[in-house]
Amino acid sequence: MTDTMHSADPSRKGSTLIQMTDVGKSYGAIRALKGINLKVNAGEVTCVLGDNGAGKSTLIKIMAGLHDHNEGTMIVNGDEVTFSSPRDALAAGIATVYQDLAVVGLMETWRNFFLGSELVRGRFPLASMQIKDMKAIADEELRKMGVVVKDIDQPIGTLSGGQRQCVAIARAVYFGAKVLILDEPTAALGVKQSGVVLKYVAAARDAGLGVVFITHNPHHAYLVGDHFVILKLGQAVLDESRDEVTLDELTRQMAGGDELTELSHELKELGGMTAAVRTLEADSKRR
Amino acid sequence: MNQSDKTSSAAPSEASNRVKLGWSNRLLARPEIGALVAAIVIYIFFFALAPSFREAPAFFTVLYQASTIGIVAVGVGMLMIGGEFDLSAGVLVTSAGLTSAMFSYQLGINLWVGTALSLVLALGIGFLNGYLVMRTGIPSFLITLGTFFVLQGANLGVTKLVTGSVSSPNINQMDGYDSLNWLFAHTFQIGDVQLNITVLWWLAFAVLSAYILQRTKIGNWIYAVGGNAASARAVGVPVTRVKIGLFMTVAFLGWFTGMHNLYNFNVLQAGNGVGNEFLYIIAAVVGGTLLTGGYGNTLGVAIGAFIFGMTSLGIVYAGWDPNWFKAFLGVMLLLAVVVNLYVKKLSTARKVG
Repeated sequence: MTDTMHSADPSRKGSTLIQMTDVGKSYGAIRALKGINLKVNAGEVTCVLGDNGAGKSTLIKIMAGLHDHNEGTMIVNGDEVTFSSPRDALAAGIATVYQDLAVVGLMETWRNFFLGSELVRGRFPLASMQIKDMKAIADEELRKMGVVVKDIDQPIGTLSGGQRQCVAIARAVYFGAKVLILDEPTAALGVKQSGVVLKYVAAARDAGLGVVFITHNPHHAYLVGDHFVILKLGQAVLDESRDEVTLDELTRQMAGGDELTELSHELKELGGMTAAVRTLEADSKRR
Repeated sequence: MNQSDKTSSAAPSEASNRVKLGWSNRLLARPEIGALVAAIVIYIFFFALAPSFREAPAFFTVLYQASTIGIVAVGVGMLMIGGEFDLSAGVLVTSAGLTSAMFSYQLGINLWVGTALSLVLALGIGFLNGYLVMRTGIPSFLITLGTFFVLQGANLGVTKLVTGSVSSPNINQMDGYDSLNWLFAHTFQIGDVQLNITVLWWLAFAVLSAYILQRTKIGNWIYAVGGNAASARAVGVPVTRVKIGLFMTVAFLGWFTGMHNLYNFNVLQAGNGVGNEFLYIIAAVVGGTLLTGGYGNTLGVAIGAFIFGMTSLGIVYAGWDPNWFKAFLGVMLLLAVVVNLYVKKLSTARKVG
């Protein structure tokens, strides 16, 4: 049980793990997501970018089993599925690391690491946890990821934000996830901490996992991504692989793209060209 | 700590900006430490003040008194660690006892049948509490406040309807009484001290609860659903089942105490039990359990119940007006909350840099 990447098979790099075809989701009369086509391949990072409310959360919640989709098909490991709980998704090898709810702050680091997948020996209701082994494994796995905690017994709330994300990622990798969904893992982090997290994204990819990286930071996405999807108002407005798109293009799309050009015109018409608008305009012309 | 030695040699840059914590901080980080200190102070206080408090029989009376609250408090503590609240536990104790007594008495059947029936009823009420809380998302405070009033009214109404008075019939001549009395209310005479079997039951339940919380995966889940239910759900913890199970655990222990009351006193007053739900909660909070969930342990809750036993009897032994007991309890609760807040800050303020 000490082999980290036991279930991810690097030889199958490039094989399709999740295939979404024309997937949509409505909440009552509101359509949050429409016509999404997305492929998650082993050993690749698929970046999903978008502004707030673009449908990123809905998309990952469908893959993570928190919501079920009501249009289109989702094929996981060759079977068409509709998840009804996170347990279903986990059983299919899809692990999700949420930005804000990755860990239970007051619990010890090792308890968090094994939460939901405890090592036990004995019969169920009173089966004893193998606490010594659990502590040793948690410490070992975190060390592999370069996270060195002072004391594996310390409440995880006392770790830094980046370290908490890393614990959550290490946990998903250790428990044999084939697909790792990261929900804005760098959003609340500083530059250095973000770098640490991005390294683990790359490490997970190299270990043969299919990574879905949700972010609104195109710079972070371009550092590790193999494929980019930009969502806007529930639809994909860009869907390109790395060699078909430049960082500038991504940045422009994320910053608002054509809408931004339009906005600068509108502002100009409203009278007076402020310095900021002038810069924006020059910027969009340059591209 | 070889853990930390390894750490500093493997990654000196990481370890150097972390502060090594002495044993005092580790001790202070334990939930029950405030309650332990309080228990010692209160013990010394009454020991010095009340001569009869010093004798061995008094100590066992205190233990018995503590067990009458402590058994249910074990469950309430677990429930509170799981992030929920139960106001109906106090009257549920009486409901269980009344059901048991009246059912067997009215039908003239063996008391074991009524006892089993009341267990089913209690577990059903616990399930209903948990189911409603999880299903509606309404805070457990409100749901169980509702159950509390329903049970309180039903206890009086049904008892009056069935027996014509507000107390249950005396059941000490009925079949099954002797064995049930032994199981729930036997008193062992050891030298000049009397040890009630409830003390042993309390100990057994506390040990079982401590084991479950610290050493089983269900315990891990209980801390997780109380600390952050959304996180727990996302990693596959069956949050709903855990919480319903906790409500049913409280109900089971309430039933157990109800059986003790019934087979100890043979007659129950239908209005009893009101207010005890707060004693359970106070025992848990004084013992270091966080009202917001995710933090606490069984030892603390047991010490909390012991403090209850000491003060309620200590005041009598000291010859004071027992009416002061509630005021004392209130002060204890306030102190406990402040100490807990301070301790929690200490234990989570370890992050450096």
